[in-house]
Amino acid sequence: MTSHATISIEPAGIRWQAMLPVVAVVVVAGFGLLSSDYVVTVLGFAFIYTIFCTGLNFFMGYTGQASFGQSAFAAIGGYGSAILCADYGWEPLLALFATMALSGVAAVIVGFPTLRLRGHYLAMATFALGLIVYEVTIEWTGLTQGYMGYSGIPPLGIAGYELVTVKQQLVALVVLALFGVAVAARLRQSRFGRALASIAGSESAALALGVDIARYKLVAFVIAALYASAAGSLFAHFIGFISPEVFGVTMVVQSFAMLYLGGIGTMWGPTIGAIIVSVLPEALRGLKEMQDIGYTAILIFILIFAPRGLAGLSALFGRVRGRVKEAA
Amino acid sequence: MALLSVREETMRFGGLFANQSISFDVEEGELLAVIGPNGAGKTTLFNVISGFFPPTSGSIQFDGKDITGAPSHQVASAGLVRTYQLVQLFKHLTVAENVEIGSHRVTRGGVFSALFRPEWMRKQEKNVCEGARELLRFVGLEHQADLQADKLPYGRQRLLEVARALAAKPRLLLLDEPAAGLNTQETEALADVITRIQRGGTTVILIEHDMSLVMKIAQRIVVLDFGKKIAEGTPDEIKAHPDVIAAYLGGTETVDA
Repeated sequence: MTSHATISIEPAGIRWQAMLPVVAVVVVAGFGLLSSDYVVTVLGFAFIYTIFCTGLNFFMGYTGQASFGQSAFAAIGGYGSAILCADYGWEPLLALFATMALSGVAAVIVGFPTLRLRGHYLAMATFALGLIVYEVTIEWTGLTQGYMGYSGIPPLGIAGYELVTVKQQLVALVVLALFGVAVAARLRQSRFGRALASIAGSESAALALGVDIARYKLVAFVIAALYASAAGSLFAHFIGFISPEVFGVTMVVQSFAMLYLGGIGTMWGPTIGAIIVSVLPEALRGLKEMQDIGYTAILIFILIFAPRGLAGLSALFGRVRGRVKEAA
Repeated sequence: MALLSVREETMRFGGLFANQSISFDVEEGELLAVIGPNGAGKTTLFNVISGFFPPTSGSIQFDGKDITGAPSHQVASAGLVRTYQLVQLFKHLTVAENVEIGSHRVTRGGVFSALFRPEWMRKQEKNVCEGARELLRFVGLEHQADLQADKLPYGRQRLLEVARALAAKPRLLLLDEPAAGLNTQETEALADVITRIQRGGTTVILIEHDMSLVMKIAQRIVVLDFGKKIAEGTPDEIKAHPDVIAAYLGGTETVDA
């Protein structure tokens, strides 16, 4: 009789659970809107990184491949948007889509030869990609103004209406981040998403079931690049200034910390990770010189007790709840 | 016409002939076993047939088409699906998801249908989900559907791999030592599943070491030794074949003769 009760309760429970992260994100954003512009800026970064990591999660989480070079596509998005909007007066949204298309094409061109590599070799090749684009942003001063950076980038807007305050922009970023997560979730729960997961699980089994793994890897790589590019463009509009360091190795390291902390391969892991890794150092500012130590100590603590990321914990809670229900 | 015909298939690794001029046919609906001592070239034969590497020479015809040297995902798409000697599950996914992925070959849709979820796509998803449950029932795993795949006991992982391959609705199923590492009861459960697969109209080729299993369920047997086909026939013929007895009990001189 218990099994019957469980079945009737389960669907409502799943729906409630699925909505919980959305509520959490809205609460975090709401908290930001009631705080200073400084807090808003930190949260803005968090949601930009949410988009970046959600894309990276396609390639590294769902498909199980390594890319150390996604910052390259963020740079294309960031510099593309900066140049098109500041110098040529493009609509920010139009520039966002145009640079996404450009990043997508670049990802196909780069991905086609490099995705034949696996594991560490693929990591090295993609890392080189990130470094090359980083060098280009420094050296090609005619296009990027080098170390000087690019300023005067207009804020996000649509059809002449600009989001002038950072709070308005934060709202836009939250909406876009949630949209990005929703798209990722939809793609994962489909034949396409299952094919990606099969590659992460076992390439030989995927092949034996007729999955064209070279093609699916490339598509996952391109999707990750599209997200990265959008994140780069949004960064440019949000801060109004970009320089080569923004899209350097730090970006890669940050995004990895976010992915693993939040839970790689999960729907909400990138969001959770992005928010925690962005907010935590700021929250620990009171510790003064102990700030970095406190921050890393918490990261290590989380990874010890939640080795599969914080999003993995919810599954654990779900199981405990399930057991309690069975016992009842 | 035969569903699969292997003609003069030779696979050489450097100086080693893993397979040497092997020819045989598999008729539609048949259950054929490939046996032979360790290192006889059975798995190499499977790897060549399923497109994991092209043969050094010879040809493979499947369903009237030449599939020699075609990449493995294309061979699978054509309806020739294999399993592996070492279990290759998608360990991080649930039992049900493993089987759902199996339906890749017989479903369609990519990024756009996943995003916009047209009517046919929703219907297909429902069918995939129900089909997976049905297959899990077929192999007796219906109660473990939501368990993570690597939490299954080994014997059941084998059954899951078979269910996943069946989700691809293969015309020809290649099973590479499915009973390896199974106990007597598990082997019996597996034998029952394989027999039911074949009765359901799917052609099966089975590599197996477990002689009692082979003799019980196979209709025809091909025997390999040192990369060559040394015998072919019904279980009774094979049991009495002098070369087979020699290969299994020693005395390789009869093989070379």
